[in-house]
Amino acid sequence: MDSITFRLNGTEVTITSPGTRRLLDVLREDFSMTAAKEGCGEGECGACSVLKDGRVVNSCMVPVGSIQGCEIVTLEGLRESEQGKRIIDAFVQSGSVQCGFCTPGMVMAAASLLAEHPRPSEAEVREGLSGNLCRCTGYDAIVRGVILASREGEGL
Amino acid sequence: MTDSYYPKSLSEALELRRETGAIPFAGGTDLMVRFRAQAGTLPKLPHPVLFLGHLEELRQISMDSSGTHIGASALLSDIGVSEHVHPMLSETVMLMASPPLRNLATLAGNIGNASPAGDAVCSLIALDASVVLASLSGERTLLLEEFITGPGKTVMKSDEFIREIVVPADQPDRYWYRKVGTRKANALSKLSLSAMATVHEHRVQDFRAAFGAVGPVVIRRRDLEAQVRGMTLDQLSRETEGIVDAYRPHIIPIDDQRSQAVYRLQASLNLLRRWIDLLMQGG
Repeated sequence: MDSITFRLNGTEVTITSPGTRRLLDVLREDFSMTAAKEGCGEGECGACSVLKDGRVVNSCMVPVGSIQGCEIVTLEGLRESEQGKRIIDAFVQSGSVQCGFCTPGMVMAAASLLAEHPRPSEAEVREGLSGNLCRCTGYDAIVRGVILASREGEGL
Repeated sequence: MTDSYYPKSLSEALELRRETGAIPFAGGTDLMVRFRAQAGTLPKLPHPVLFLGHLEELRQISMDSSGTHIGASALLSDIGVSEHVHPMLSETVMLMASPPLRNLATLAGNIGNASPAGDAVCSLIALDASVVLASLSGERTLLLEEFITGPGKTVMKSDEFIREIVVPADQPDRYWYRKVGTRKANALSKLSLSAMATVHEHRVQDFRAAFGAVGPVVIRRRDLEAQVRGMTLDQLSRETEGIVDAYRPHIIPIDDQRSQAVYRLQASLNLLRRWIDLLMQGG
């Protein structure tokens, strides 16, 4: 067991855990943050996406012992920010959600993409979301949501 | 007993590697998949791991007269956009996995994993890249082709890890990278070709072809490349089928869940033929 300190949604936290425990399990079990979900458990589906130092990563691939001192943001944190509210609003307006299982991961991937490319082309949006699988929407509604968020987010 | 070590510096990492034999762990995107267990349980890693991804000393990408130095823990997403990185390697890296995985994964991991389908390995071998191995006893530099000896097998010793990858500055003028997979994102290669050449005044001055996922290691035949060097474009045109036939016995793929040997062989040779066509067209 190791003592591991990192920042979670803006607050410094310290946990005692085996270092190889998956960040996904720590978020869901120790912090009751259930936005990140386990889909495939092998980095293919993106349902467990979180931001690590501002960039989207698969939390099922991240051992918690490797993130000492890092800034982790989950949807629970992002939705409190202007950027997060903007993306969530645009998803609602665009009908980007059907069953909802992929949605938290899609929002995190969108946040990471928009931080890097505030005005992405459609191709850049599709590339930015290419690590996230959705079995309901056929993706078009999600792509429209991200583009809407980028237009409305001008100046943020 | 702990299951992981978090060194504060490169020198501490080298000490821990020697003392504990812990597995070097950069991005973890291969190890966490290979040893994944049930949801909510610890991955079944056979040995403790040595976290290296956070060490700034290993995350640098720089250039000097000898070439580009890519730190073992530099992220694929940073390598893919670095001005110091050869465009064939940038293209290769940006076609690997997906954005969230590229934000964790590293070249050293792709190399250490030593899969015959490691996309970066194929292009790095075409680029004559070397790996710098560090241990408390010092460093040694090996051509990547000599470092990987078989599927999952390397000559890395139990007290060493990869410190950096070096891509020589002097490269052929042209390159062509093709990856054949089921879909664009998150697909492991069925096969790949990393090809390079310099054609000057209608004569082939340099010619390289590295084939991925069609043998136990990446296939690069320097003997066959030497036969192509020096040919005029007219000769290249006449000899195309001869060159393709010379490569044929060395492309030795297998059937697996991703593809079939017969397809992999045919598609590899078709890509080679296409590359030679592109050289003749100058396009």
